[in-house]
Amino acid sequence: MKHIIASLLLGLASLGATAPVARAQDGPLRIEITDGVIEPLPYAVPAFVAETGNAAQIAQDIARVVAADLSGTGLFREIPKEAFISNITNFAAPVQFADWKAINAQALITGAVSADGAGNIAVSFRVYDVFAGQELGNGLRFRGTQDGWRRMAHKVADAVYSRITGESGYFDSRVVYVSESGPKNDRKKRLAIMDYDGANLKFLTDSTSIVLAPRFSPTGDRVLYTSYETGFPQVFVLDVGSVTRRVLEAQSGTMSFAPRFSPNGQEVVYSITDGGNTDIYRMNIGTGVRSRLTSAPSIETAPSFSPDGRQIVFESDRSGTQQLYIMPASGGEAKRISFGQGRYGTPVWSPRGDLIAFTKQNKGRFHIGVMRTDGSEERLLTASFLDEGPTWAPNGRVIMFTRETQGATGSASLYSVDVSGRNLKPVRTQGGGSDPSWSPLQE
Amino acid sequence: MMRAITKSAALCAIVALAACTNPNSAGQGGLFGGNSGAAGDVVPGSANDPRSPAYFQQAIGDRVLFPVDQSTLTDEGRAVLTAQAGWLMTNSDYLAVIEGHADEQGTREYNLALGARRANAVREYLIEQGVAGNRLKTLSYGKERPIEICSLEACYAQNRRAVTIISAGLTS
Repeated sequence: MKHIIASLLLGLASLGATAPVARAQDGPLRIEITDGVIEPLPYAVPAFVAETGNAAQIAQDIARVVAADLSGTGLFREIPKEAFISNITNFAAPVQFADWKAINAQALITGAVSADGAGNIAVSFRVYDVFAGQELGNGLRFRGTQDGWRRMAHKVADAVYSRITGESGYFDSRVVYVSESGPKNDRKKRLAIMDYDGANLKFLTDSTSIVLAPRFSPTGDRVLYTSYETGFPQVFVLDVGSVTRRVLEAQSGTMSFAPRFSPNGQEVVYSITDGGNTDIYRMNIGTGVRSRLTSAPSIETAPSFSPDGRQIVFESDRSGTQQLYIMPASGGEAKRISFGQGRYGTPVWSPRGDLIAFTKQNKGRFHIGVMRTDGSEERLLTASFLDEGPTWAPNGRVIMFTRETQGATGSASLYSVDVSGRNLKPVRTQGGGSDPSWSPLQE
Repeated sequence: MMRAITKSAALCAIVALAACTNPNSAGQGGLFGGNSGAAGDVVPGSANDPRSPAYFQQAIGDRVLFPVDQSTLTDEGRAVLTAQAGWLMTNSDYLAVIEGHADEQGTREYNLALGARRANAVREYLIEQGVAGNRLKTLSYGKERPIEICSLEACYAQNRRAVTIISAGLTS
């Protein structure tokens, strides 16, 4: 993979800063995401300065991607450049804070790009707390290849997001999902991978077999998914770099599905159906050694590890309807955690460990919701004809899911929503899409 | 589903061909036809040929339907399956794959498991009726292969199904 090297910008600290005058907010520039931000924070991101003539276009493009990332969160509002009083033409020169205060830019992001003509670029940036008249954190420089410029833009945006919110970002990440085309009764499905914002789409399989529910490994290097290519649904593991795949659960004529990696990437939990009965199994992906975690005549499926690897949340209809349960990662007694009205499925443990996202079906509607791991504080984030299959952003603040519209022309597409329930929006894909899985932040 | 139908259609063609070039098979078709004259009208492998998968599909009925979220067989379903079992025991050269399906009102994984339950309910009933278990495989498509595409109960009812697909014979 392409490596992006980050280094601190030293000796360039802005010395021209005047003492802080009026503050637009109390304390340092900060968005507390959990506080329920209603008013997005206004910021300015002028086109990055091209330090070499051949970097002019890419310098503009990088600033645009940074702005799209930040504004796309719903937490930030970009001030249009038509409002700018001054511009940034020299990355090293002191910032004229008064000009940015006048247009109420609470944060200012400046940057510079140079290209060496041999396919490598360097991207530098600084973030300013305009009303404090000082830099927020230190400047950083990323070096990488020119064709990886979008990743560098995402890294800049992640750093800005992180400095202002105190949370880690999620922009330098990818999504693997099922690309869909064709009518409902002849739907073609193939695995696709893209940047979290829909750029750099690449197909990982063709559409000759049904493929379902891809899941990233904890480092994003592999994908588990279910394919009908042998005639039966079976769990496969695919190497993202080489796009080679192998069947993981090869018992002839046996259905296996709903796989997920353990947090250390060495084990897989999934369902096997024997006769009409579906239970949860765990396999060491290196040795192929399998152990059975549930043995009930009911349906047990959709397992998901806790981030510490010690517990598994799953769905079961042992009570008569689909509900959520937690059991030790080695199997054993399970504790039911969902008690609201309706049915609960597809639980996914948050990467922060604090919440479980799920699909809820109630009174003919589908919802994406979250609850604490003891089942308390259930909150529904969406409602539609059919929402399902949540996946967490690497920072546990945003959830992506499948939304399917009803009727003969119904189709599936990807949506995202903040864990607060705000900022519901479609995710850009080429054609239809379902079953997203969000990667961790890339290295 | 589409592919499965295409496959069994291709299979019918092969069976028909075999019947045409095999005097015994053609003779049997004649005997089975019973009333003279009619035998000549039966195109081996066609839906008129009681030994053909096409006949199984169209005259016996290849599918049973299920109530919402259920995998228990209805009385109507049992009647169809009793006839399916009779056909399978008469035509013991054939194998069958039972495909279970669900409607779109449910999560993907659960519907896969539910479809498997439906397919298994059919398999167990056929075994109870005397069909050898090693001739019957099951498979679930969950909600991936609807045949009706509206989002109304009329369509859902047709999609909550288990379909018995006759496949290549034991001796082939």
